[in-house]
Amino acid sequence: MWNWLKTLYHRLGSPKWFYQITGKWLPWFVAASLVLLTTGLVMGLAYAPMDYQQGNSFRIMYIHVPAAFLAQSVYMMMAAAGVVMLVWKIKMADVVAQALAPVGAAMTFISLVTGAIWGMPTWGTWWMWDARLTSMLILFFLYLGVIALREALSPQEVAAKACALLAIVGVINIPIIKYSVDWWYTLHQPASIKLTEKPAMPASMYLPLLFMVLGFYALLGWSVLLRARAEVLRREAKSGWVRELLKDK
Amino acid sequence: MNLVKKTNAAAFCRLTPKKVNSPSLMAVFIAACRREWQLQVRRKGDLINPLVFFALVVVLFPLGVSPTAEILAPVAPGVLWVAALLAVLMSLDALFRPDLQDGSLEQLLVCGYPAAPLSLAKVLVHWLLSCVPLVLLAPLLGVMLYLPFQAQGVLMLSLLLGSLTLSLVGAIGAALTTGLGKSGVLMTLLVLPFYMPVLIFGTGAMQAAIGGHTALAHLALLGALALVALVLSPWAIAAALRIAVSGE
Amino acid sequence: MIKTSAKSVPALLSARKLACVRDERLLFSGLNFDLHAGELLQLEGPNGAGKTSLMRLLAGLLPFSEGELVWQGQPIAVCREAFYQSMLFIGHLAGIKAELTPLENLYWFAALEGIDDEALLEQALRQVGLAGYEDHPCHQLSAGQKRRVALARLTFTQRPVWLLDEPFTALDKAAVAAVEQLLIAHSQAGGAVILTSHHALEELPGLKKLSLGDLL
Repeated sequence: MWNWLKTLYHRLGSPKWFYQITGKWLPWFVAASLVLLTTGLVMGLAYAPMDYQQGNSFRIMYIHVPAAFLAQSVYMMMAAAGVVMLVWKIKMADVVAQALAPVGAAMTFISLVTGAIWGMPTWGTWWMWDARLTSMLILFFLYLGVIALREALSPQEVAAKACALLAIVGVINIPIIKYSVDWWYTLHQPASIKLTEKPAMPASMYLPLLFMVLGFYALLGWSVLLRARAEVLRREAKSGWVRELLKDK
Repeated sequence: MNLVKKTNAAAFCRLTPKKVNSPSLMAVFIAACRREWQLQVRRKGDLINPLVFFALVVVLFPLGVSPTAEILAPVAPGVLWVAALLAVLMSLDALFRPDLQDGSLEQLLVCGYPAAPLSLAKVLVHWLLSCVPLVLLAPLLGVMLYLPFQAQGVLMLSLLLGSLTLSLVGAIGAALTTGLGKSGVLMTLLVLPFYMPVLIFGTGAMQAAIGGHTALAHLALLGALALVALVLSPWAIAAALRIAVSGE
Repeated sequence: MIKTSAKSVPALLSARKLACVRDERLLFSGLNFDLHAGELLQLEGPNGAGKTSLMRLLAGLLPFSEGELVWQGQPIAVCREAFYQSMLFIGHLAGIKAELTPLENLYWFAALEGIDDEALLEQALRQVGLAGYEDHPCHQLSAGQKRRVALARLTFTQRPVWLLDEPFTALDKAAVAAVEQLLIAHSQAGGAVILTSHHALEELPGLKKLSLGDLL
């Protein structure tokens, strides 16, 4: 067991191994995301029944909800990668964290924009200082902070450690921010229609959502692996195996 | 004083201290506080500028929004808190950078004592010297914004508790950006999202006081945040400083 | 107790296969040395060979990529605090605060060793030729004088291992000779010194050299 962990540790430390193994995983992620997203979209947009309150506008949920899901979980993943990087000094964890940050920011942005578009027909306004929207906006700024810190710092090891630390500090703070924003929202009690939680969604409505969420995760895997592989090549550009790899092409 | 091998006229001789025993962490912490106090008291500009900044930002609002009491009084808690929060943030920018540039930060990290309590000493002294004056100035600006009298006490108390959290959390951002020549905007970007809970509870406390309710719940939450920050952030600050120094 | 050399006394500090990578560049690897009580280890090598990096690595300011440090027979990981409390590091930047007076600067460094004796610190400043400057803020002092404030620590410190990165920078000839005497006194009293310097230190007893440039 110990030896097995040791080999794993050394392998994870090896960019070459990472590049090769992720090359094998990549097609699976591509296939999974294409199949799941197509199924989910077709089912959600064409076959799911219309919502009795919101009409067809509710269908934006099939993008909004998975994006919001990812927005939050990508930050957790980034912080987890940061812990791995700081504690076990595995450099590939930093590559993954670096690849995750812009994807997470993009997902947060998508969930904000789709939320705004959804808000127009539902609430009659593009933006509302709703607790969830506000937390999401703060999360977006947290992502931008991590990305900006990495851009600003050099050398790479310093930027890596600093970003990992910031992500971890962020994860500790996210519940506090979320709680305080909820508190703030209930205090101010805006006079508006609150999107009521529907007691039960029919299967024809939530099944496509399930497909979409899984599809988004597969898409996340795909894009993060692509970005991480490109980053590995960039970082290892001087090493022998990358030169050989590029010679073949 | 014992002279060892005085072959050269210019020898610096070894001195023998009277008593030497490794000092406790507490003694070192107190010495660090004392040194920080001496140091920060001498940087008068760094102490006064945030106060002026605070006052100036507050003055912008009557000019920009409206000078009437009907409009200013309701927004006063928010204006005061946002201005104070930005002033604290500004004052923190130069907390560690001079130490990095003159090597004091290295000395802090190699001294053999844990860096977390020693960096806490820095932040606490900074809070005493920069934030407490801010708290004392706040009621004056409150009067200028037609803040009701019954909210003044809560304003000061909430700022006192809140600014401790702001200092501790902001110091993490300051430590992370220490290695950069200029970092004002980046640090703001890093730190402001973490300031939102403090802003919410701080203004919440004042709204409660203005509305004639008790602000105790909000103040308790601010106190809880300060305690959590007091326990956790020194470790993050120390780690960030170590990272910054390793990049030099 | 692991015997790290032919001598019967274990080394104060030993390095085993140290490697340092900075900015994707391998500065040195497979570096070994033993530092015994009474020895002066001078690091040599051309600019960029990693002398300062090695110093910072030994001081714990840089992580090392490979290898281990052994302090009095124990790996550094298990006796971190004991090691750093036995070590005095003065880098290129000496950590002298420009706003404080020489005396106030020394207070802090003395406090780290449990010394609270103003007379001793004043004496230390007189020793390094700063009598009369005790109450001037350090920004009024010249570079060499500031260096002297930092080196005044060496006159009273009780820490056995000194890591001095270019201690002679900005010092005049007399002060250089004086610091050399201080190094001799320290090594004769059973201390040990690691230093980088472009000065020839040949006549110092107990001098060992470690060359960094030709390791690769």
